[in-house]
Amino acid sequence: MGVIIRRVEHRGELTLDIPVDRLLDVCGFLRDHEGYDLLSDVTVVDYLGYQGEVAGYWGGGSDGRDINHYSHSGKGAVPEAAGPKRFAVSTTLCKVMTVTDGNHRRLRIRVWLDDNESISTLISVYPSADFHEREAFDLMGITFEGHPNLRRILMPDDWGGHPQRKDYPIGGEPVQFSDEV
Amino acid sequence: MAATELPRTWPTQKVLQPTPSELYPSSDNPDLLEINLGPNHPSTHGVLRVVTTLDGEIVVGLKCEVGYVHTGIEKNIEQKTYWKAIPYVPRMDYLSFFSGETAFCMSTEKALELEVPRRAEWIRVLFQELARLHSHLVFLGTGSVDLGGIALLFYCFRARDEVLDLFEMVCGARMHPRYCQVGGVAEDLPKGFEAICRKFIPFMRNQLDQYDELIGANPIWLGRTKGVGVLSPEFAMQMGLTGPNLRASGVPYDLRSANGGYGAYRELDYTPVVEQGGDVHARFRVRIEEMRASVDLIEKVLDGMPGGPIIADDRKVVLPPRHELHTSMESLIHHFKLVTEGFTVPAGEVYAPIESARGEFGFHLIADGGPKPWRVRLRSPSLVLLQSLAPLCEGVYLADLIAILASIDPVLGDVDR
Repeated sequence: MGVIIRRVEHRGELTLDIPVDRLLDVCGFLRDHEGYDLLSDVTVVDYLGYQGEVAGYWGGGSDGRDINHYSHSGKGAVPEAAGPKRFAVSTTLCKVMTVTDGNHRRLRIRVWLDDNESISTLISVYPSADFHEREAFDLMGITFEGHPNLRRILMPDDWGGHPQRKDYPIGGEPVQFSDEV
Repeated sequence: MAATELPRTWPTQKVLQPTPSELYPSSDNPDLLEINLGPNHPSTHGVLRVVTTLDGEIVVGLKCEVGYVHTGIEKNIEQKTYWKAIPYVPRMDYLSFFSGETAFCMSTEKALELEVPRRAEWIRVLFQELARLHSHLVFLGTGSVDLGGIALLFYCFRARDEVLDLFEMVCGARMHPRYCQVGGVAEDLPKGFEAICRKFIPFMRNQLDQYDELIGANPIWLGRTKGVGVLSPEFAMQMGLTGPNLRASGVPYDLRSANGGYGAYRELDYTPVVEQGGDVHARFRVRIEEMRASVDLIEKVLDGMPGGPIIADDRKVVLPPRHELHTSMESLIHHFKLVTEGFTVPAGEVYAPIESARGEFGFHLIADGGPKPWRVRLRSPSLVLLQSLAPLCEGVYLADLIAILASIDPVLGDVDR
């Protein structure tokens, strides 16, 4: 297939980078023709500030804060991300029932996304992507187009922000009424 | 934290489209009754809220609400050095606690390309199997209470105590031992451990025979479990099930034997336990038989336990032995650097899955070359297997819903992390 942008091998594990709009085709092909019948995992990684200073920590101003905007942190400069874009969505596939030679291969398909970019849902190919994608939406703020029920799964329904992002502050809570003195 | 998004709105069932993991009533019958099972219901084995729509006594709609014990373990681990992240892990799947520790250490070792001594691998297998026994015993005991048989709980918890005694003997803690260490295990087996563990083996075998006698021929038990919640192998694959639930549907996939296994399982030649049928009964049977297989493995490990070091000899990763701190400056410096700064792991992505008591438990570790993981993703089996609850419960009686939920055995700490 001519869709592979980059091939990464690390510690014997294969990762293939593909364009965002081809994810559904590629996964469908891998399931139907290559025998990858188990969706093992969907991992989203936020590479904001990778190998540099971590951009986000608690620091609110008097006019409130936008906790998912990285320029709001006190440290100023935001280092470059590791890949072409900020987020990497990796889908780990595995062969289970189609294996005849005892080799249950694993393969990681990765796409890169920026803020406000969305990705198509994998539910039509692998129904078990449902909770994984809801979790990715909840904790990382990735939008999966076509997901029938994309709402928060772990955090409360009225929560603000996406806690797993690197610019989401930890270790502090806003002090009520402190800006009105 | 203040809400910055839309005000709280509960989506009504009508606006949502069907999803694989939720079941919506097909008619607008006004007599349908919506009830909450949980979050504080004893049969949910944790804080799980199952919103159930009933038509009389028949389940016609179901959705799972999770997140009640979400503590952000993935986010917390990003702030800790590799070494200090280990105690977080057994708190997730608190029934097969040792599996989690091992998976985390294995992923770190894979990223470091660190060789683990043979004896440490064998000790890890011993305690992974004990943790599996612990988990399956709690499953069997509480599962039988859900079905109305209270006697088995006391038998199972008595045997569970013996398992925890073994953990206590080796590391001082009964649950959440933090015994696994990057590079090996924290301490060697204490004197007298082997004798006590050997006494445990016939005791456990005898117990398992008793469990079989208690429930194996019980007509009420069989009536409640046979043919209920049938899961076909194809459907189980689609829903991403792994572990005993998948093997109860006849798929012999077990990471202890797939691709030759991992750790010391490579040398132990494990054959997966498989049951046909895929119903609640098969899921109970597969776990009872797995407990037998675990006891066999424990005996095999005790027979073949190799000698040698219990932790890798890499002073840049592993703490120096305690007695050296008083005599060697070098060791003191290493100790200080490891405890304050931690060790660095080369940048890259690794995924290390192991077979925990409820399926594939994997750590997806993204290292950035620093002393803290850039991102850790926990592939928890429970979250995935909870998705199959709704399709399994379509059109069953409410009492069977309890049986099905017990048989797929989710741990809510593992679901929510």
